Amino acid sequence: MPSNISEYTYLMPFIILGSSIIVSIIIEITSKKSELILPWISIISFFILSLYSLFNIKHHLVLFNGMIEVGGKASIFNFIFNLGALLVTVSSIDYIKKYGTYYGEYYILIQSSVLGMMIMAAASDIIMIFLGLELMSICFYVLAGINRKKLTANEASMKYFLLGAFATGFIVYGIALIYGSANSTNISYIVSNFSSLIKNVIFVTGFILFLIGFSFKIAAVPFHMWVPDVYQGSATTITGLMSTIGKTAAFSVLILALSAVFILNAPNTFRVYFAVLSTLSMLLGSIIAISQNNMKRMLAYSSIAHAGYMSIGLAAGNIESIAGIIFYLAAYSFINLGAFGVISIIEGENDSRTDIDAYAGLNSKNPLLAALMSLFMFALAGIPPLAGFFGKYYVFLGAIEANLTWLAIIGVISSLISVYFYLRVVIYMYFKESTQSILINSSPFSLASVIISGLFVLLFGIAPDLLMNIITTALK
Amino acid sequence: MTNNFILTYLLLIPILGSILILFLKEEQKKFIRWLGLLFSLLAFAASLAAYFMFNSSKAEFQLIHKQLWIKSLNISYHVGIDGISLILVLLTTFITPITLLSTWKSIDKNVKMFTFSMLLLEAGMIGVFISLDLFLFYIFWEAMLIPMYFIIGIWGGERRIYASIKFFLYTMFGSLLMLVAIIWLTVYASNQFGSFTTNLLDLYKIAPFVPKQIQSWMFFAFFLSFAIKVPIFPLHTWLPDAHVEAPTAGSVILAGVLLKMGTYGLVRFCLPLFPQSAVQYAPVISMLAVIGIIYGALVSMVQPDMKKLVAYSSVSHLGFVVLGIFAMNVEALQGAILQMINHGLSTGALFLLVGIIYERTHHREIEYYGGIAKIVPIYSTILMIVSLSSIGLPGLNGFVGEFLILLGSFKSLVLNSWWYTIFAATGVIFAAVYLLWMYQRVVFGFVKNNNLYQELTDVNSRELITLIPILLFIVWIGIYPSTFLNITEESAQSLLKNITVYTYDFLK
Repeated sequence: MPSNISEYTYLMPFIILGSSIIVSIIIEITSKKSELILPWISIISFFILSLYSLFNIKHHLVLFNGMIEVGGKASIFNFIFNLGALLVTVSSIDYIKKYGTYYGEYYILIQSSVLGMMIMAAASDIIMIFLGLELMSICFYVLAGINRKKLTANEASMKYFLLGAFATGFIVYGIALIYGSANSTNISYIVSNFSSLIKNVIFVTGFILFLIGFSFKIAAVPFHMWVPDVYQGSATTITGLMSTIGKTAAFSVLILALSAVFILNAPNTFRVYFAVLSTLSMLLGSIIAISQNNMKRMLAYSSIAHAGYMSIGLAAGNIESIAGIIFYLAAYSFINLGAFGVISIIEGENDSRTDIDAYAGLNSKNPLLAALMSLFMFALAGIPPLAGFFGKYYVFLGAIEANLTWLAIIGVISSLISVYFYLRVVIYMYFKESTQSILINSSPFSLASVIISGLFVLLFGIAPDLLMNIITTALK
Repeated sequence: MTNNFILTYLLLIPILGSILILFLKEEQKKFIRWLGLLFSLLAFAASLAAYFMFNSSKAEFQLIHKQLWIKSLNISYHVGIDGISLILVLLTTFITPITLLSTWKSIDKNVKMFTFSMLLLEAGMIGVFISLDLFLFYIFWEAMLIPMYFIIGIWGGERRIYASIKFFLYTMFGSLLMLVAIIWLTVYASNQFGSFTTNLLDLYKIAPFVPKQIQSWMFFAFFLSFAIKVPIFPLHTWLPDAHVEAPTAGSVILAGVLLKMGTYGLVRFCLPLFPQSAVQYAPVISMLAVIGIIYGALVSMVQPDMKKLVAYSSVSHLGFVVLGIFAMNVEALQGAILQMINHGLSTGALFLLVGIIYERTHHREIEYYGGIAKIVPIYSTILMIVSLSSIGLPGLNGFVGEFLILLGSFKSLVLNSWWYTIFAATGVIFAAVYLLWMYQRVVFGFVKNNNLYQELTDVNSRELITLIPILLFIVWIGIYPSTFLNITEESAQSLLKNITVYTYDFLK
């Protein structure tokens, strides 16, 4: 029974996206020109939703007896999800045309996965988190293998599904134990009783299982085994989607799970867990990435390393580092979407030209693309004044405030290691001569999406306050 | 306080120039070159304007422009200069047009990107010297790496890729630790003031009170970053590679300005922020400096490659500067600052001169040459003057700086020993050995190689225009150094006075 009819109006974003999914399905069934229509439906709804969430940050409300939260933190995450999905969709138009493999469900699945993410970010009940997570993950399993005739894509999809299901098992078991010990699945109830619950062994076990499950989703070491193959095998645009806003969604849950620590200043019992996780991820990700020749694989390891930097914030557990993580996630999303956009433009058929050799002499062939790619590489390496630098700065600031200076030092050492492989791409593009004579198709939509990402990277680098103000308002 | 915009204009002129160049086509090479030169000259004019607006009888920072930038972290765009920054800004804006002019012919590939990088590099260097906010400083310090990386990597010699990445990684290594130290300081400041701050002037007041052990760590983090840039002895290995592989313009900028950013950082940050640690470690650092002086000179002596010889001589010369800084008295500090300028002029000119004959013959080995005095008399004369200035002949610039440094270190209370001076002084003798020996083998004697008659032509008017201004200053500083010493005197004195306040017990 609807507790209050007006509560439904606050569900606007979910309703809009849900109806857009239904409309898309109907068009896909009835129309033969769905390839031309569907992307635009997604783009329009993503655009409306990202604006909507931006303007509704201040309306913070808890609805339906504490099942869902709107506004505030949920809004800022919705903003990142929708803007990211918008950029992915725009660059998908060209990518799908190039591959000649159009399947109607592609855009529908992207929209559904975003709906799942929005539910995850808005959830204030563990069951809702689980619903959102499954919606997102199942869409991702299918999307990873969307090129069904490609062997690597099938492999990626299969691996992702098996390991993802394994992680889900951890989460469900964790939820069961949490419910068993706390007698509630409501997060605000758990948060307010956190200090007493933490003494209960069953609760702690459940919570740790829950955290481990989500450590899979953020791709942190030692739960990262699926990442390289899945990122390499999936369609490039989908890799972009999974590695950016998919990771953001998982982080939104981790932030929520630790909200007792952040809000009530409860002791961060899980600090050691996250500190170890982030140390391993940063170092392992950066070191293994050095030896990668495939761009997608290299960025996969880089994404592991970045999960490590963000986890520093979880270990620090203060309000600065939360704002830092969210800033980092937004910045990282735009940088990585841009980088994967460039990869999708350069990429040829059957996974050709995803190796670093294909980038040799790019500057002489397409200076704009080379300049954009170096912008993203420098941003990932954390060179100021680009968005990536401020992400790291905020997270390190939080860590040092929490007396975790050693973690920040490991962070900078790993950034130094990572500079090497990011610069390697720049070396190929600018300092080496091309060995293959290939033409790079001018794909206007992909290029537009990459340029927009590039502008955001510059904008958040020069004026980080624009984003930071929004985040701090959202967190209040 | 009213804002003074002159420094902001100075910073924006090269940036504006580089943006304009971005919209031109690669084919318009000539126009791009002229535009680059024009904007670098405009920047020089702006820095001269700053010089005339600057009141050198005051010690505090002047021409300040402060504007809140990142509110959440309380970071401001905050620029201003004292005498020490002013003279280095002048050096930067003076060297940049010269380097642009020197590459008129030699760089023909990607002229657009080259000029773009040079102007951005200039803006970065100016930014480093005028920032009064640690965060802003860090941004310029890092951002400047990118254009230099491209300059070495695209237009460099055979091993350019290796050299460029080595340069980048070395510098980045130091500066990342400095970043942690900067963040630590802002957090410390927030515990003291209740809000974050990276304002250098505020930090000057609280950083010296950081507990001693932590202060040592902070000092170490900052010092490492600057020591790599200078470079101080065991951290110098990136320098020969970067210098040798960089194109002439890159070497000139590296030697002329980039290395000074390290020594400037020592003066501006290490000393006043952590005076106790600075005093405590001064003997060790000075020892490294003296080792650098002798080591650099000895290695220079045996180099078969002229460019490498000049590169290693930088290690030796900058050892003098570091010694002067850590002697911590007015004579030595003044000498060190003057020596930064001298090194920029003399070594810059040496690189230009090596570049000039390399352009003609594509050989840098000393062995290839011999007896070129007969073929290129004007060139040989200029090379003589510059070599002598680098050696430190009285009447030319090098002498004044080195003399002041040796004088200051001799009577330094902090070092409290003559041995530093005695060993450092041998560096002057070695300098005479390696430079004059090189000169003798290249310029005098019989013409060794008949190809030289065809290949070598004397300096042309464009090259003369690049060299004459440098020669002018070499003589000016040598004969009447007061013009330059006056700019920095008040600033140097007040800087040392502040250090003495905090380290009074220690020195007693």
